[in-house]
Amino acid sequence: MSAIDLAAVLPGFDDPAFGSQAAFRAALQALSRPGTIVECERAAYSLGLALLDQDTRVWLSPAARSLGASLRFHTGCPLVDDVADADYMFVGAASEMPALERLALGSDEAPHRSATLIVEVDELSVHDGWTLSGPGISGTARLSVPALGAAFLAEWQANARRFPRGVDLFLCCGGRLCGLPRTTRIEG
Amino acid sequence: MLQLVEKEPHQRREWMRLLARAPLEMLESWHAAAEPPAHSWLRRPETGLAMVRARAGGTGEKFNLGEITLTRCVLRLESGECGVAYVQGRSHRKAELAALADAMLQSARGRHTRENLVAPLRERLERQAATLQRKAQATRVEFFTLAREAGE
Repeated sequence: MSAIDLAAVLPGFDDPAFGSQAAFRAALQALSRPGTIVECERAAYSLGLALLDQDTRVWLSPAARSLGASLRFHTGCPLVDDVADADYMFVGAASEMPALERLALGSDEAPHRSATLIVEVDELSVHDGWTLSGPGISGTARLSVPALGAAFLAEWQANARRFPRGVDLFLCCGGRLCGLPRTTRIEG
Repeated sequence: MLQLVEKEPHQRREWMRLLARAPLEMLESWHAAAEPPAHSWLRRPETGLAMVRARAGGTGEKFNLGEITLTRCVLRLESGECGVAYVQGRSHRKAELAALADAMLQSARGRHTRENLVAPLRERLERQAATLQRKAQATRVEFFTLAREAGE
């Protein structure tokens, strides 16, 4: 086990019980209502604090490496180098998105053993852009993520075809959070 | 177990060992005199159990002796130093003060803490250990076995 540099550790929740409950509630809300924005302070980091423990393997993209010491310190999660081994992935910039088909997709018997991506994007809006449909969406919803282009859209459509297997995604933009579960269909 | 990045591992190990067993009143009187800067929590004091492992006679196989109550916390001073404490018992205050002392010992103002807390603490714990050892030695019984001589 490598050493943790305490100088790089960010403070955790002010109150661990209420903080992680609030972050979990935000994650639940975001995944059950795709295409809506949920407020969640320090969204990506809070999700990490709330969802990770010693048994969840975590992969960090180069731009998310700075979170490593804090997540290790507060949750005890192991870090892995290969995206295929990870249960949770923190992607610090959309350009560092790993190929979705290389990730843990679960199996038909155990679809919950798939990876969850937590992606930090610099812009997130629900007024234009993609058209979303699927469970949790009444009719259709709009979502615009300029950082994710056509290549991601094709990968996401392939992800949806694997149902019940496939990955789930959280898009974080500072203190705003939007969930994209594997059941959500996106049209460009 | 948490591993820490540190500059002077041996010195720090020594004072961590002492602080873990420091009585609260010594920490309190040091705190009143030292006036450490404000701090923020990285990990608030939390109490749990730790398994104590031992070797009989210092050479035997390791075995689990039993669990002790342990309180730990990590804080960061305004000046940037991080202090860690793992102390025996359930006193959150004691863990907080021990972590503060650890942070202060790493700072530029460490000398005051070294002279007014670590040194008297070492002396006190050594005295305690010596007293305990003297009491134990007083009850020492030597057993002799006399081997029977052959042929009788």
